[in-house]
Amino acid sequence: MHFTINGRGFDADVDIRTSILDLCREHLGLTGAKKGCDHGQCGACTMLINGRRVNSCLTLAVMHQDDEIVTIEGLGQVDDLHPLQQAFVRHDGYQCGYCTPGQICSAAGMLDEITRGWPSHVSDDLAKPSLDDDEIAERMSGNLCRCAAYPNIVDAIREVGSAAPAGRTADAKDAAMAEEIVA
Amino acid sequence: MFGFGTTNSLTMDKPHPESLLDSAVQGSIGRPFDRIDGPSKVSGTATYAAEYPVDNLAYGFLVGARIGAGTLISIDADAVRSMPGVIDVVTDLDRFIRVAGQGGETQPPTQGVRDIAFMGEIVAIVVAESYEAARDAALRLPVTYEAGEGAYAFAAARAKSYVPPDGVTPAHFNQGDVDAAMAEAPVTIDATYVTPSQNSAAMEPHASIAVWEDDGSLTLYGAYQMPSTDASQLAKCLGLSAKKVRIVSRYIGGGFGSKLGIAPESVAAAIAAKQIGRPVKAVMARQQVFEATVRRSNTEQRVRLAATRDGKLTAIGQESLVSNQPGEDFFEPVGIGTHMIYSGENRLITHDQVPLNLVLSGSMRAPGEAVGMIGLECAMDELAERLGMDPIVLRKTNDASVDPEKGVPFSSRSLSRALDEGARRFGWARRAGPGEARDGEWLIGMGVASAVRGNMLMESSAKVELRPDGTATISSSMTDIGTGSYTILAQIASEILGLPVDRITVALGDTNDPPAAGSGGSWGAGSAGSAVYLACEMLRGKLAKAMRVEDSALTLKDGMAIGNNRSSPIGEIVGDGLEAIGHIKPGKQEKATTQASFGAHFAEVGVNRVTGEVRVRRMLGVFAAGRVLNAKTARSQCLGGMTFGIGAALTEELLHDPRNGKLVNRDLAEYHVPVNADVPQLEVHFLSERDVHANPIHAKGIGELGISGAAAAIANAIYNACKVRVRSFPVTLDKLLPGLPDL
Repeated sequence: MHFTINGRGFDADVDIRTSILDLCREHLGLTGAKKGCDHGQCGACTMLINGRRVNSCLTLAVMHQDDEIVTIEGLGQVDDLHPLQQAFVRHDGYQCGYCTPGQICSAAGMLDEITRGWPSHVSDDLAKPSLDDDEIAERMSGNLCRCAAYPNIVDAIREVGSAAPAGRTADAKDAAMAEEIVA
Repeated sequence: MFGFGTTNSLTMDKPHPESLLDSAVQGSIGRPFDRIDGPSKVSGTATYAAEYPVDNLAYGFLVGARIGAGTLISIDADAVRSMPGVIDVVTDLDRFIRVAGQGGETQPPTQGVRDIAFMGEIVAIVVAESYEAARDAALRLPVTYEAGEGAYAFAAARAKSYVPPDGVTPAHFNQGDVDAAMAEAPVTIDATYVTPSQNSAAMEPHASIAVWEDDGSLTLYGAYQMPSTDASQLAKCLGLSAKKVRIVSRYIGGGFGSKLGIAPESVAAAIAAKQIGRPVKAVMARQQVFEATVRRSNTEQRVRLAATRDGKLTAIGQESLVSNQPGEDFFEPVGIGTHMIYSGENRLITHDQVPLNLVLSGSMRAPGEAVGMIGLECAMDELAERLGMDPIVLRKTNDASVDPEKGVPFSSRSLSRALDEGARRFGWARRAGPGEARDGEWLIGMGVASAVRGNMLMESSAKVELRPDGTATISSSMTDIGTGSYTILAQIASEILGLPVDRITVALGDTNDPPAAGSGGSWGAGSAGSAVYLACEMLRGKLAKAMRVEDSALTLKDGMAIGNNRSSPIGEIVGDGLEAIGHIKPGKQEKATTQASFGAHFAEVGVNRVTGEVRVRRMLGVFAAGRVLNAKTARSQCLGGMTFGIGAALTEELLHDPRNGKLVNRDLAEYHVPVNADVPQLEVHFLSERDVHANPIHAKGIGELGISGAAAAIANAIYNACKVRVRSFPVTLDKLLPGLPDL
């Protein structure tokens, strides 16, 4: 089997039972994507496959000959973070960090879906969905976060999508928090 | 104050009014710093338990019992040993642990899996060359049992309830005469509230990689909140001395109590690794996390309140039934917050245990308060209505000035201030009467509840090293389970040593480093933070000596030591490097004061009058927990607690089959934790406070305060919205629909 993962070609002899998630985690040393449930219920394993977000625990590696796969490692590295990764740090869009790679990959896929004009269950305008709280919360609800950083995740995504309301940019929130502590 | 050698030890026998965190000038403490471990988390390079690269690794898959109670007769290993890739089937009917360890226990959990006490009990581990091979063989492994009698239904087993041994709170406490006070009082409430079993559902499943070293010692990479005591539990399970077990837990994908003690995968992986002579990785399947780790017990709480006509409580009763496996001592300490939250002369707070053959009951975020404050705070809401009083006024009327049972002062207490500040911020004055506010098809209501969480100091130590290059390293077996430990410990050292945060490295989660209590019970920041404080205090003394000035004349800022009209880069006055160990332990302050953090929750909900669906529209938490060490991570902790409250109020409930104890909803599709769309932009506000009785950093626990009372505020808001009082949690739409107004 041949895959392109984070822009690099991989040839692997895979067990037909191996998911893309386990291929990455157990065979290729790419442990960024997490296994939270192995049943497509939590979203921690979210990757981008051919540009679309996918629960990688639910799809077998043998189904992906020649596919382009992007994991969290492919979005950005510690010293060269993707804007979404930076925004998650600035907004504290996580706590334990376990769901985080999946959240960020999912957010990247979601922003692309909005750009393409794909509507959701909560879109007011089916032809032109906007990047508001309801739209983000709806589209990100396949990614569980038990630490419950949801409000911060929404803010991080809005800021990257240039749709942060006044007072909810990372800088504005930091300033408000700092002021409260001093007071 | 200084201990022997390079250890600075402090026992909290008296208040510690002066804190270097107030006199230092670096300006790090409290600030909303981004997490220092953030880049590694968002880039996927933070290493969780199952992710350590280990050579020659074999994969283990656990096998759980498929009967509810009885005896294991045989395991037919030969039936699967020949499957491709299978290395072996490993079991140890004496040493495998039946249940997970409880938090902080140094003794091992109940061992032995010949007797099956609940469905899902881990009885074997299949080891193979790949995860897939191990899983397939595990699912096909023939295990025979002799079925026995088990108790699975709470309602049927309640007659067998007994008084458990005292735990973190007394099993039974009685002061005065609640019955008499109830008979005399003009206004009373006598209501029973029911909360279901819950699961912590941390996103990372329990996982261990067991590696036996050449010297016969064991290294276990695990997802554990309290590595020091966990190593002790594990060593005793395996018949090793504690020194022979090292646990490494650098990153933990959430715990919420479920990873306080060792879980069955650790012992199984260690025994399997020994037997096959190779490292073994065992990751629990999500279903096994639900079935075989810990649950929060269900509760049934009879709450009685007696009050004068002006709202003064004369009696508080909270008599709870909880459940656990036969022979297990832990009981859900439902009334722990009730002991200290309100005044009232007559008090009866009891816990009786119902033995059930279900997965172990143990700690889940704020054991006690998380569920006990549901019953109490809903009853307070009912009492306020019966009195015709504002629920905030009722609470403030009964705000205790001293501990109502022990008579000792509170170390600090800002309950009324939190209620007032919250009311102002939330617009409480706009609250309408029950069933009176509408928005289209939505019935709108507001609710309030108090929050309290006992504060604990746990013996902890940490080492801090200062290097000639002007950097510092902190090391401790303390953990960061998402709480922000890495960052706040760096901020404490930064503040005292006058070093920018980016010059400080923090190494946590390794039992090779100085022992600490780890993360649990919201004690982590106060305990490990104080250990770091004490180490830095000692280093500061050494720097003063190097500068030949009095401690009080030394200023440390931005990497410079300044004193006596001289200044020097700190790195240049440390010689080859300096190190100190800080060590804190609880003392007389624990009994001289009652220590707790306090707060208030405000919720606004909409109840759909057609479907009965409940949506949380707004929520505010106002909290006072001593010094806030990092405003950003502290806020996140509160967001998390409040969201656990949303789950407890509306969606979370473990369901067991009453015929055999099978956990019916054992995954994340069926056990409903709140999702993004369930949670609005929650608001968190901290009140300025210092607690000089708690510890030298004046900070109290915050991780569990946010859940205490949160669900009650939502339930009270639901009543205010639609005039339906549901006393059985979670408040799902089927319980509301019969009471909703006609369309």
